[in-house]
Formats: sequence, C-alpha cells, structure tokens
Amino acid sequence: MIADEKFEFTSGAKRKIIYLALAGMFFLGVGLWMAMSDGHGAGHDEHAAVVNQSLVASTNAVGAEPEAAGGEHHGSAPWLKRLYTSLWHNNVFFAGIGVIGLFFIAIQYAAQAGWSAPIKRIPLAIGHWIPIAGVMMVGLWFLVKGDVFHWTHHDLYVKDTPGYDKILDGKSAYFFWPFAAGGFPIFFVVRMIAFFGLWYLFFTWIKKEMLAEDLSGNTAHFFSARKFSAIFLVIFGVTSSVAAWDWIMSIDTHWYSTMFGWYMFASWWVTGLAFITLIVVNLKDAGYLKMVNSNHLHDLGKFVFAFSIFWTYIWFGQFLLIYYANIPEETVYFITRMKTAPYSWIFFLNLLLNFVLPFLLLMTRDAKRQMSMLKVVTPIVILGHWFDFYNMITPGVMKGEGGFGFLELGLLMIFLAAFLYIVLNALSKVQLVAKNHPFMPESLNHHI
Amino acid sequence: MDKGKHYLVGVFNDEDVLLHGVEHIREKGVRIEEVYTPFPVHGLDEALGYKRSRLPIAAFLFGMTGTMLALTMQIWMLGFDWPMIIGGKNFASLPPFVPVTFELTVLLAAFGMVGTFMIVSDLKPYKWPRQFDIRSTNDKHVMAIDLASNKLSKDEIARILKENGAEEVNEKNF
Repeated sequence: MIADEKFEFTSGAKRKIIYLALAGMFFLGVGLWMAMSDGHGAGHDEHAAVVNQSLVASTNAVGAEPEAAGGEHHGSAPWLKRLYTSLWHNNVFFAGIGVIGLFFIAIQYAAQAGWSAPIKRIPLAIGHWIPIAGVMMVGLWFLVKGDVFHWTHHDLYVKDTPGYDKILDGKSAYFFWPFAAGGFPIFFVVRMIAFFGLWYLFFTWIKKEMLAEDLSGNTAHFFSARKFSAIFLVIFGVTSSVAAWDWIMSIDTHWYSTMFGWYMFASWWVTGLAFITLIVVNLKDAGYLKMVNSNHLHDLGKFVFAFSIFWTYIWFGQFLLIYYANIPEETVYFITRMKTAPYSWIFFLNLLLNFVLPFLLLMTRDAKRQMSMLKVVTPIVILGHWFDFYNMITPGVMKGEGGFGFLELGLLMIFLAAFLYIVLNALSKVQLVAKNHPFMPESLNHHI
Repeated sequence: MDKGKHYLVGVFNDEDVLLHGVEHIREKGVRIEEVYTPFPVHGLDEALGYKRSRLPIAAFLFGMTGTMLALTMQIWMLGFDWPMIIGGKNFASLPPFVPVTFELTVLLAAFGMVGTFMIVSDLKPYKWPRQFDIRSTNDKHVMAIDLASNKLSKDEIARILKENGAEEVNEKNF
C-alpha cells in the first residue's frame, strides 16, 4: 500500500516566496512612482484623445451618451485608477484559479476518474484560496467600484438630465433589483457574496469527505464526495457564467457577448490546470509523489493542451462573430483592445502565449510525458492567461490612459506570492496522497 | 522446401504467462512475428519490442496539407480569381477563412490517418485475414513465429515455447 507522505513547507521555500513578495512590492513602488510622475504626459493625452474619439463615434452611433466612452467621470487620478484596475484584475484571476481547484476535484469525482487519485490533494490545496479571494473581492469591490464599474454612477439613471443613459437604465434591474436604479446595487453584491459562499461551502464539504477517507478508508466518503461534486458542478455552471458577466463584462457596460461566460471559464480552467500540473511537476522534482509517473503527467499535459485549444475556440468564436457582423456597439470592444496603442501588443501576445506556443510545444506525445517540457509550457500558459485577463479588464476601464509596466508586474508578484504561500501551506497540513482513495490501485496501474 | 510460409503457433492460456513467455522467448533469440490476443494485454507492445507508431507524424503532415490547401483555395478564389466584397471586408481577409481551414485540416488529417493505417496494415476489401488459430478470438493467446525468419530449428523453437508456458505448439502453413 501507499506510505504516508507529507509535503514539508520548508523555510527555504517560504523565504523564496517572501522574496518574491518583496520584489513585487518594490516593483509596485517603482511602478506607482512612474505612473504618478508620468500622469498627464503629452503623448498620453494624444492617444487618449484619438481613442476617445473613435469610441465616442461608435457609441454615439447606437444612441448612448458620449460620456460613456470618456474618462471624464471625475474619478480618481490615472495612477490610482490603474492601481485599482490591476488589483481587481489580479483578484479575479487568482479567485478563478482557486475555484478551479475545487472544480477539478468535482469533475474527477463526478466522472469517477481513476488516474487522478494520487494528485487530488493539489487542487484541494489550491481551493484554500477561495475564502481569501472572496473576502478580497467584496472588499475590493467597495474600494474600486467608482473607478472600475461605470454603471455604479448614480447620475446615469436620473431621467431628463444630460447624464441619463437609457440603455443602462433598461438593464439596471440586473444590478439594483429590488432597489431603485442608481442606489446601492444590492442584487449584484448579494450575488457576489452568495457565489463565494456557495463555493466555500462545497469546498468544505468535499474537503471533509476527502480527509475523513484517509482515516477510515470507508467508501461511503467517496460516494458522498461524489454527490456533493455533482451538485457543485451544476452550481458552478451557473455561477461561473454570471460571475463573468458581473465581474468583468459589466466593466464594458454597453458591450455584451453571449460567449463571455464560457470565455472567462475557459481562461480560468486552463490556468488552473496549468497550475495543478506545475505544482505536481515541481513536487516530483522535490522527491514527492513517487507513484505519479509519465502516464499521469501525460493526462495532465493533455488537459492543458486540449483546453488551450478550447480557449482558442471560444476566443475565436467570440471574435469572428463580432468581426463579421461589424455592429458598432460590439466592435468597440475589439477596437479598444486590438487597434489602440497601449494594448494592441498584449492582444496579439495573448494569442501567441495561449494558443500558438502551447499548441506547438505540447503537440507530441513525448512533450506531454516529459517534466522538462511541462515546466516550460505551464508557466507560459499561466502568464498568458494573466495577460488574457488584463486584456479583458484593463482596456475597458482605463481606455487610452492605461499602461503596462512595473505596477502590474509588481501586483502580479505579490498576488502570486500570497497565493503560493496559502496553497503550499494548505498542502503541508494534510497527507499528500489520499492513501485510502478507492481508485488508488487503478491509478497506480494507470497506463496509456 | 516448397513455396509459401511456414509458421509455428504457440497457444497460451494466461496473459501473465504469455507476457513473461514473450520476454524469455525473445531473450533466447527467437523472432516473434505477432501475438494475437482476445483482449488488450497491457505491456505486450513493450515486451514484443515494438517501436512507437509513426502514424502521428503522418497525421501532422496530412493536417498541414489540409491547412495549406484550404488557405490557398480560399485566398485564390476570393482574392484573385473572383474577388468579392463580403460584409464590407477586404478581399481575402483572414478571419472568415479560419473555420474552413480548421475543417479541412481535421478532414485531411483524419482521412489521411485512416488511409495510411489501412495501407500500412494491409487492410483492404476482400482481404481474407490469416487465421493462425481461431481460438485467439475467444479465450486463447496465440503467438505466431515465422520459421523462415528464424535461425533456430523448428524443434528447438517448439521446445523453447513449451518451456515458457505454451499449452500447445502447432504448425501452420499458408
């Protein structure tokens, strides 16, 4: 049978993570200083003017008020706005990886998958980020709402004033129900809390069953974990989609895409898979998880490969329809991202990192079975999808005033350090391998 | 010796005996042509020393052919031979070509792969398969050894087969 094995979160690893966080803070400081001193440079204003003009032109065409496009919303200074945007971007991104940990486990249980039995503790550890992400999400929302979410402004909903926005008023129930439009968006906030609450609830239930199985070896735990997983999958199907509309799509308030829920889910999912793979590979390097062999790595590699293509399919499905239909209120989304100076390189980098590289590098069987190749591809995919979320969020908020530099990278490093600390700490608290998992013998003999 | 092929056919009952038998028989220098089993036996390919199939390379090449064909066809048709403005887009603008390119890539990769597999495996209509022992479709594992490709004598091979767990050793000529 399997020996008891525990991951030791060494002080050396902790020190590295703290260095990462300190480097991130330094980067953030430099980035903030640069953004503050840069402020309203001449070159920047020119860009902003051009962008705003094209945006105004396209939104005017559908009868929205010109203000919708402009950054003239007596909001915070550009540097602060950029900081808020980046905070929101990172939190949505890492919240997604956290909940994908749970989603991965749920899929394995619902499908009664055998191969994944020895690695299930890694997504479980990743799921420990859910409550932290939830608290930060709600807290951050109150901090950033005025700058990031255009629809929160009260004057949009006052009839017969210059600021009145008929389109938004029509949609207002989605945010403000049952209160009057322009007040406190109770429906939106309750939804956010409820989603994280549900995710956390199912996380604790499934975790309890998984850990109880270690002690008793009773298959009843497997079956109740399977039941919770099946219910969670249904809930996640709805909540992930609505979360995508709420937390990201509502930033570009007038724009909508029916693909968006899928799009954000695909991005979260492949990032989570890449993260799980990366941790498994590094644990193996450190001498843990001896029973995980190249057959299990092959499955993980196939997951990353397949869902990189799935993400591209969704990305293209969204792009092609908007490109072809050429309706101004839809194309504005891609004009801001693809044709505007501070963002267009990120738009194309996104496709390179998330489609071209994983597709070509992971195509052969050997590439998926070798740790060295997985160690190269998974960081590319994780970073690529971080850029993907940047691409979804930042241009919508910052328009022409946005940028990419030390500020964004610094915050990424801080979030990554905190995330890694929580995940590895959680991993070191429980048995690394579920030795009484009913599918363990099957997984040990896994052969493809 | 007359023309035609002469085989020794070893019949095995248990897949574990077979698996170890294959290893030992090969160690003794006997060349095994093929093993027929009623169900997939894990590890048999490795024990027989089969090389990895190169079918994926063929699939990749057929897929690339499909990509090239689709792009050339569409760009030539809509860009040069009969330029048409569709939806106010440029002639030969790339995004609308992607679905067709994708489909042709998949189609040619799939057809090419199946066709290559059939040719390599010598599968064709009206081909009557050589049946070494009909029980390989029911409950026995059957090992075929081509005598012409082996240096050892028939009796010696028969002895080695018996020593390594073969229930019966038969002769079969085609």
